[in-house]
Amino acid sequence: MAVVETRKLTKVFKKAEEGAVNDVDLVTRDGEFLVFLGPSGSGKSTLLRMIAGLEEPTRGDVLIGGDVVTDLPPRARGIAMVFQSYALYPHLSVEQNIGFPLKAHGVPKPKRRERVDWAASLLGIQHLLARKPRELSGGERQRVALARALVREPTVFLLDEPLSNLDAKLRASAREELTSFHKRVRTTTIYVTHDQVEAMSMGDRIVVLNKGIVRQIGTPHEVYDEPADTFVATFLGSPPMNLVEDTDFIAGFRPESVVPAEMVRGPSAPIRLRIRLVEFLGSERILHGVIDGGRFDGRKVVSRVATAASGGLGEGAAHDFAVPASEVKFFDRATGKRAAPRELSWR
Amino acid sequence: MGGPRRSPLTRLGRWLIVIGFAALLAFPFYWMAITTFKQTSDLYNVEHDPFVFNAAPTLDHLRLLFRETLFLRWFWNTTVAGAAVVAITLVLAVPAAWALARLTGRFGQQLGIGIFLTYLVPPTLLFIPMSRVVSWLGLQDTLWAIIVTYPTFTVPFSIWLLMGFFKAIPRDLEDAALVDGLTRFGAFVKLVIPISVSGILTVVIFSFTLVTQEFVYALTFISSAEHQTVGVGVPIYLVRGDVYYWGSLMAACLITSLPIAVVYNLFLDRFIAGFTVGAVK
Repeated sequence: MAVVETRKLTKVFKKAEEGAVNDVDLVTRDGEFLVFLGPSGSGKSTLLRMIAGLEEPTRGDVLIGGDVVTDLPPRARGIAMVFQSYALYPHLSVEQNIGFPLKAHGVPKPKRRERVDWAASLLGIQHLLARKPRELSGGERQRVALARALVREPTVFLLDEPLSNLDAKLRASAREELTSFHKRVRTTTIYVTHDQVEAMSMGDRIVVLNKGIVRQIGTPHEVYDEPADTFVATFLGSPPMNLVEDTDFIAGFRPESVVPAEMVRGPSAPIRLRIRLVEFLGSERILHGVIDGGRFDGRKVVSRVATAASGGLGEGAAHDFAVPASEVKFFDRATGKRAAPRELSWR
Repeated sequence: MGGPRRSPLTRLGRWLIVIGFAALLAFPFYWMAITTFKQTSDLYNVEHDPFVFNAAPTLDHLRLLFRETLFLRWFWNTTVAGAAVVAITLVLAVPAAWALARLTGRFGQQLGIGIFLTYLVPPTLLFIPMSRVVSWLGLQDTLWAIIVTYPTFTVPFSIWLLMGFFKAIPRDLEDAALVDGLTRFGAFVKLVIPISVSGILTVVIFSFTLVTQEFVYALTFISSAEHQTVGVGVPIYLVRGDVYYWGSLMAACLITSLPIAVVYNLFLDRFIAGFTVGAVK
């Protein structure tokens, strides 16, 4: 087990263009499940590939277990990686696939067999050992890829969107399996995804990236409840945080904080919303409305209300809503960065 | 097989097409075989049905081929030159194609096309300058003359062909091999080459058949009978003036083409198989 650290890690693919990854400083904790989250093109995969040694950094250093490994090839870094495509060797059987890293490191055959059996049993794929990758289902391929990563007992696991090729149902169970698997082996894991559900449910901490810059590092709670800037605020959560611009600041509040006025106790900001559209999602409803009257007249606001509490909230009508004062976050209008809370007058 | 049931008529149509093509492709072999064993009088009689034996089969043509020409020698020369050309082609083309496909970016793509263009210059244009090179090397009238000149067109074609195969290999596979403990060269040898077996076999067959059939260079650079290949020796010594020794000619063709056909069929599924299916996705 080991700590992964990057120091001012930067990758510029084309000179005179913005870097894919810019001055990233981060340190994992030992045994942590760290998630890189960002939209496509945010540099999360490039960052992971630099940690793996598959991409050469333009500047900066990668440290694994306290040693600078920037100039070491991938094979010397003690890492294992699972690729989005799984990258199983098509000409080898499952057994040979799993044993491949051991063979490459010169582990003798009897020992190799033992390790392959151990990894296969951990993932419940002993019955597949004789098959070729093309004879496996998506879920089975993913397990084989995991077993191949696991077999060498690496100090760090790197996972590059390993669930994105699975169908929705399988993805949910694979997520759960991966989490419990990590709890058992407790190997430092870096997991890349663009799916916020995966990030929130699996990560001990989340690194939110955009345009190659780290926007925030924090636990799922922190990045959701205390977003560091407007990007994080709108990237996480579905529907995203409501942002209402004022002269020099932006006020943000989550859709679930916008509730019918009668349900709010304590200090709150009242908003009158004219409801334009109601989406019924079973246990809750998404209400799309515009602010009716006051300084922010006409701004769009989305509310998420439990179906049980939303009786009488129909399309076309205006209703009084309120946002608890503690749920309103403030951002600097120029930079988008988080700003100190202030009095907000809606009228 | 899955899929909806076809109507009998559709199935009949398919069988007719398949049988038609099979007959078309098998016919040259049948023709060579029957001509090999026909008596000359049977062969030249226009009253006779040409598709069957009208007189007793004979071994005369084979006797002529093996006893009165250097056919065995030519066959051996062809095999040796073929093996050498295949070896040279693989040694040069496989690493070059991989480098061009993987390591050189857009420049590699253009260079690859440039290399392929050299293949388009016809031998009928090149044999004159080539013959000067051959004589400068002191290789005229030896088998070496063709062993060094054939790769000038097998290599560019093979590079171009293999580039396609290497590009089809997902980059993730190589990356996975690097993470799993191989060097880049190790990944090339232990992963890229085994996965590209079908492409490499295609190159082997292409280069070898080229040696068996090439005419211009072999005729120009080699004059003595004992150094010639099948492709030149057979037409020179079995077509004398306007006399065609059809039986022996066909025997020579049959003996030369059968091994290649057999090898080709052995690896047929390798050529066709979607070999990387299942690697990704």
